Amino acid sequence: MSANLYEKIGGEAAVNAAVDVFYRRVLGDDRISDFFDDVDMERQAAKQKAFLTMAFGGPVHYTGADMRKGHAHLVARGLNDSHFDAVVENLVASLQELNVPAELIAEVGAVCESTRNDVLGK
Amino acid sequence: MSQLYFNDVTYQCGEHETVLDALTRQGVSIPSSCRNGVCQTCMMQSVDANVPGAAQNGLKPTLQAQNYFLACVCHPTEDMTVSLPDNTDRLLSATVTAVRQLNDEIKCVGLDCPTLEGYHAGQFINLYQDSECARSYSLASVPTDGYLRLHVRRLPDGRVSNWIHDELKIGDSVQISIPVGSCFYLPDAPQQPLLLIGTGSGLAPLIGIARDALNQRHTGDIYLYHGSHDVAGLYLVDELREMAEHYSNFHYVPCVSGDDVTPQYQAGRAVEVALAAHPDLTGWRVFLCGNPNMVKTARKKAYLAKAAMNDIYADAFLVAGAK
Repeated sequence: MSANLYEKIGGEAAVNAAVDVFYRRVLGDDRISDFFDDVDMERQAAKQKAFLTMAFGGPVHYTGADMRKGHAHLVARGLNDSHFDAVVENLVASLQELNVPAELIAEVGAVCESTRNDVLGK
Repeated sequence: MSQLYFNDVTYQCGEHETVLDALTRQGVSIPSSCRNGVCQTCMMQSVDANVPGAAQNGLKPTLQAQNYFLACVCHPTEDMTVSLPDNTDRLLSATVTAVRQLNDEIKCVGLDCPTLEGYHAGQFINLYQDSECARSYSLASVPTDGYLRLHVRRLPDGRVSNWIHDELKIGDSVQISIPVGSCFYLPDAPQQPLLLIGTGSGLAPLIGIARDALNQRHTGDIYLYHGSHDVAGLYLVDELREMAEHYSNFHYVPCVSGDDVTPQYQAGRAVEVALAAHPDLTGWRVFLCGNPNMVKTARKKAYLAKAAMNDIYADAFLVAGAK
């Protein structure tokens, strides 16, 4: 089903289109920008690209353990549900801006939701 | 089946194998993460321009031009000689041809390096005080100058910068690395507007980039914002004003962030003055050099002003820990 989502949403071209819109939104969102404000913006953007590929059901696979390890330093800095919600909100708004159909956005949201507990180290 | 030459050892790369898989299988440790050509952790460099295009997908044009590629998605079409990016340090001998004071704390050093084969204006070299101690300095010259020029700021506890300021003299012989760095001009879009922002001796690579662009007949506007706390911290002001008079598409804006408001200088930080004048950077190419905090802030602001990530080139001048 998720491979299907990646195809329907437009594959790598869709990721490339979405990453700029999405990353600009989170950097401009005072609620969460600190978590994304890396010294190395390119590395940070590459991470966002990997994240979007995953959220779109594409060929990047993170295990629950990867997610926990990758976000532990952010959880230590106070990352919580409100920040997670804000990221999803920005992703949804980005996809709406790019005219992605609502049912596909809902599927992307479900993929994100499935990672919540691992990301937040619960 | 092709061969990979890495650190003087030959490795076999199978028909359907990537460079990363082949080297890893044969016991070579290459940093990697996503293994899907996305995260760029496994970036390597090829000596020759025989890199399959797919292995450079997503890399900056300046990195592509230097044959950088992503090992995890690189299926060689022929034998390749490859290295990890930090293996490029190779030393050259140079002679000091000029030492000139630019302002109270910055000196211009001219170097003649006959064995240097070529470079891009805006790259940097490592200058060695002795076999163990080196510091990075950006090139303020362009390749057609025939000699290299550096702007060296004296740091309070700077071992190498104090040596350069107090002891280095014309005729001295020094060792330098080959020029490296990917903050330079590419003549692929001559009409594109360019925004150059620098503080302190961050002016050095920006002068090189601006002159290189003009030499290569760049037709788009080139804006250079140079910032300092006070007027005394700026330098080459007259030369840059002359350059702006000579080239109608080159614009020079010296900025002073301290309290002393002076005619002919913009009041405020260079980044803020530049972004206020150019709030929408869609389609621009941006070059940022100097203080790391300035570079970080400017990068973010330029990106939020809609400059594309791949069009933002930055060179943060990190200060080595004083010893």
